[in-house]
Amino acid sequence: MNTHATTRIVGAPVPRKEGVDKLVGRACYVDDMKREGMWYGATVRSTIPRGLIRSIAFDRRIEWSEFTVVTAADIPGENIIQLIVADQPCLADGKVNHCEEPILLLAHPDKHKLREALGGVKIEYDALPPVFTIEESEQQDQIVWGADNLLKSFLLEKGDVDSAWAGAGHIVEGEYRTGAQEHLYIENQGIIAEYSAEDGVTVWGSLQCPYYVFKALRGVFDLPDEKVRVIQTETGGAFGGKEDYPSILASHAALLAKKSGHPVKMVYDRMEDLAATTKRHPARVRHRTALDKDGKLLAIEIHLDTDGGAYATLSSTVLSRATLHSTGPYLCPNVRVRAQSWATNHVPYGAFRGFGAPQAVFAMERHMDEIAATLDMDPVELRRKNFLHDGDTNATEQLMREPIILDKLLDRALQASAYHAKCAQFARENELNPIKRGMGIAAFYHGSGFTGSGELYLNSLAGVDVTPESKVRVLVSNTEFGQGTNTILTQIASEALGIEYSDVTMAAPDTDMVPNSGPTVASRTSMVVGRLIERACLQLISRLREQAGLGATHTREEFLAACERYRVAHGEVSSMCRYEAPPDIYWDDQKYHGEAYGAYAWAIYVAQVAVDTVTYSAEVENFWAVQEVGRVLHPVLAAGQIEGGIAQGIGYALYEKVVLDGGRMTNNQMTNYIMPTAEDVPPIHVYFEEVPFRYGGFGAKGLGELPHDGPAPAILNAIRDATGVSFNSIPLLPEDLYAGLAASHPVEEPALP
Amino acid sequence: MNANEKADTNAHWPAIRFTVNGESRTVNVPPMKRLLDVLREDLHLTGTKEGCGEGECGSCSVRMNDELVNSCLVPVLQAEGAEIQTVEGLALEGELDPLQEAFLQNGGAQCGICTPGMLMAAAQLLAHRPHPSETEIREGLAGNLCRCTGFTRIVASVAAAARSTESNPAMEPELEQTHHAR
Ligand code: FES
Ligand code: FES
Repeated sequence: MNTHATTRIVGAPVPRKEGVDKLVGRACYVDDMKREGMWYGATVRSTIPRGLIRSIAFDRRIEWSEFTVVTAADIPGENIIQLIVADQPCLADGKVNHCEEPILLLAHPDKHKLREALGGVKIEYDALPPVFTIEESEQQDQIVWGADNLLKSFLLEKGDVDSAWAGAGHIVEGEYRTGAQEHLYIENQGIIAEYSAEDGVTVWGSLQCPYYVFKALRGVFDLPDEKVRVIQTETGGAFGGKEDYPSILASHAALLAKKSGHPVKMVYDRMEDLAATTKRHPARVRHRTALDKDGKLLAIEIHLDTDGGAYATLSSTVLSRATLHSTGPYLCPNVRVRAQSWATNHVPYGAFRGFGAPQAVFAMERHMDEIAATLDMDPVELRRKNFLHDGDTNATEQLMREPIILDKLLDRALQASAYHAKCAQFARENELNPIKRGMGIAAFYHGSGFTGSGELYLNSLAGVDVTPESKVRVLVSNTEFGQGTNTILTQIASEALGIEYSDVTMAAPDTDMVPNSGPTVASRTSMVVGRLIERACLQLISRLREQAGLGATHTREEFLAACERYRVAHGEVSSMCRYEAPPDIYWDDQKYHGEAYGAYAWAIYVAQVAVDTVTYSAEVENFWAVQEVGRVLHPVLAAGQIEGGIAQGIGYALYEKVVLDGGRMTNNQMTNYIMPTAEDVPPIHVYFEEVPFRYGGFGAKGLGELPHDGPAPAILNAIRDATGVSFNSIPLLPEDLYAGLAASHPVEEPALP
Repeated sequence: MNANEKADTNAHWPAIRFTVNGESRTVNVPPMKRLLDVLREDLHLTGTKEGCGEGECGSCSVRMNDELVNSCLVPVLQAEGAEIQTVEGLALEGELDPLQEAFLQNGGAQCGICTPGMLMAAAQLLAHRPHPSETEIREGLAGNLCRCTGFTRIVASVAAAARSTESNPAMEPELEQTHHAR
C-alpha cells in the first residue's frame, strides 16, 4: 500500500485539471451549447399542492400548431422516474401532489414565444386537502402517500435504553429543528436532448450521476441500454442538487425532442429552479439523554423526523444517514434512535451535501451544550469525556478499528482559536457592550461512501486505458462539478503509474465511453473510486512488467513504450477494477447494526460569533476547522472544499430561509433567498491532521460533505455563549434572535453607552 | 439557427456599435435585448454566464467603460459606443493574465460558473485599487456570489494577483494552511 508521504503528485498542489478552461471562459456548460435545429422547452406546472386535474384548456389566441405539446400520454415507457421507490411520475397524470409538479411540456424554436404560451395553458383542478408539516403528516388525518404517509422509518438500538433512566444522575431533554435549504448552485439545472430512431435518446446536461439519468431514461422510453446515452457537460455547482433532479429534466427534454423531431434545450431560470427543484429536508429532532453525575453518557434516545415532500425520492437514504450520524462521535452504551420520514405536499426534498447528517449533527451538538449547561460543565470537557476512542463501538456497534484522534483535533482547535482565553475575554467585555461575543464548538464525524452494504450493491467498475496517441485516460462515471474529481483522480493515476500529471486525462463523462463507477455523491470519490483507480493502475503496471517487459523501475517513456508493446500483442491497453469491500465488514440492513461506513472523517469546528443586541444581527467573526480526513490528496482543493462547505453551513445557520406558503416557495429569487457574500463569510482557518486510511485512494477518506455538518451547531452554541439564550432552530434570522432575546430578558435595561 | 435569432440579426433593427475586448462589433438586434444575450448569442462569447437574470449574482459581470456592470440588467442600446471587456479579453494570445494565474494557483475557481464574473469584478477592483486590503477585496467582490469556495480562496487569489504586480512578487499568498502527517 502506497499511503506513506513519499509521493510526487499525490499531496501536491497541482493546477486544477480543467482550471484554465474555466478561467478563460472556454469551459462549456450546457447553456453554452447549441445543436443544429435546436428548439427550447418549458414546463407547465401545478399551481396547487394537491388535487385532481379536471381539465386542461389551451388559449385559442396562441398558434399551438407551432408548438410541440407533451403530456403523460406521450410517454413510451413507464410514467415513473426510477430511483428508489417507483412513486414519482415523470408527468402528472390526472392528479397532482405538490405545487410545481410538472404536468405538461411545451417546445418551440423561439424561447420568447414559449414564455407567452406557458400562460396560455389553463388547468382546472378539484383541490384535495393538503398536508404541510411533519405534525400534520404523522397525525394521519389526511393520507397523502402510501397507507400511512410514512416514506421510511428506521429503528436503531444498542444496549438497553429503558433501564438506563432510573439510575441516571441527570436526564436532559431537548427539541431541535432545522429548515429547508436550497443548494443555490450558480448554474441552474439544464439539459439538451436529442432523439432518433437509430440512436435512441442522447442527453447532455448539468448533472452529478450520469448513470442515474441513464436508468431513468431507459424506463421512461422503454429503451435498451445501447439506445440511451448521457453526457455530463461542465457543471456549475451541484452539492447534491444535481443528483436526482436531472433525471426528471432529462426525461422531459427527451420527450420533447422525440415528439418535435428537434434537439431540445431546457434550462431553468432561477425562479423556476428555486421553486421546482429539491432542497434539504427539514427536520425535527428530539433528544432525551441520561448521564451519570460526572457527565458520562448512559443513554441516548432520539426521535428524528423529516419532511420528505410529496414523493419518496432519496428520503430513505437521507434518513438513513441522519440516523447513523445522530449520536455523534461519542461513546454511549445504550442508544435508541427512531427515525421517520413523512410525506407532505411539498416539492420533494432531496440530496444536499451532508445528506441528513447536518440535521442530526445540529441537534446532537446543540444538545451537548444544553447538557453542559444543565450539568454546569465546560462544553469542551463534556465532549472530551465522552469521545469515541479506538476499540470502542459506536451506536451501530461498529468496532472503531482505525485510529481516532479526536483529542488531538480538539487540542489543536482550542489552541488555534485561543478558545478559553477568548471565552474569558468575551465574558468580561459582554457585560458593558451591546455587542455580545461568544465561542461555540462542535465535534462530529461523517461516514465516507455509501452506507452499510451500499458500496457492495453499487459494484462500481473503474479503471484506466492508454490510447494509441499515448494518452492515459481515467475511466469513471464520477463527475467534476467543482469539487476536484478530475484533478484528484488524475493525480492518483499518474502517481500510481509513475508518469507525469500532464500525461493523464479524464475520459469524457459519457455513458457510451465510461463504465459505471457509481454516483458522485456520499464523499465516495476520493476514498472508494480513488482506490479503484489506484488498484487499476497498479494492476496495469504489473501486467506490463509480466507481459511487456517493463522494468522494476521506469521512466514515463519506458512506461509508454511498454504500453505500445502491450498494444501490439493484445490489441488494447486498459485495466479495470471492481469494488471490493474491506475485510471483516458486517452490516445488518434490518437491524441497522454493524459497519455503517468503511471509514469516518472527524472534525472539531469552532465559531466566534458577535450578536448585536441593538440590531439583532448575528455575525460569524472567525472560524476554525480542524479535521482528519485521511490522506489529503490535494491541499488547495481540500481546503477549498472545507471552506466552501463552511460558508454553506453559515448560510444554513443564519441566512438561508425557504419561505413556504400553501406549499409554494414564495422567496424563489436571489433577491430574497439570501446566501452569505464575500463580506459575510469570516476568515476560515483550516487545519488537517492526516491519518492515511488503508482502503482509500492513496490513504484518502471522504471530505466533501463533512464541512457542512459542523458550522450550524458551533454558531448557535456561540450565540448561547454570547447571550445566555438557547436557540434550537435554524435558520436563525434577526427576527428569531429578537423574539428569543426579548422573551428571555423582557425587562432588561438598554445597555450602557 | 432558430427563428428567434433570425429575427435578432435582421437588418431592420438599428445597428448598435461597441467595442468588445478591443475589437469593434456591430449588431442589429432589438435595442432592449440584454447585453448578456447579445454577448452570448450574437457574438458567441459564452464565457459570460447567467446565474439569476436579476442583478443579484454577478456571474454576468462585464466591464463597460471602466465600470463593472451586470450585463443581465443592461439593454444593449446602453452599450452604444461603449468599450466592453469580458472574460475572453483577459488572456490575450493564450497567456493567462496575472489574475487568472493567481486564481489557478490559489484555488480561486471550483465549479467555475462564477469565475468569469468574479475575474471581471477583481479586474475592476485592481484597476482602481492595485493593492487592496482584505476588507477592500471582500467589498469589491460582494456583488458576486460564489457558492463553491466560501470566498476564502478567491480573496487570496486577488491578493496574490495584487502582490504579483508588486516589486517583490515572490511573497506567498497569506493563506493559512497547515498539514500534519502522522
Ligand atoms: S445573471 Fe446578472 S446578476 Fe445574476
Ligand atoms: S466556483 Fe462555483 S460558484 Fe464559484
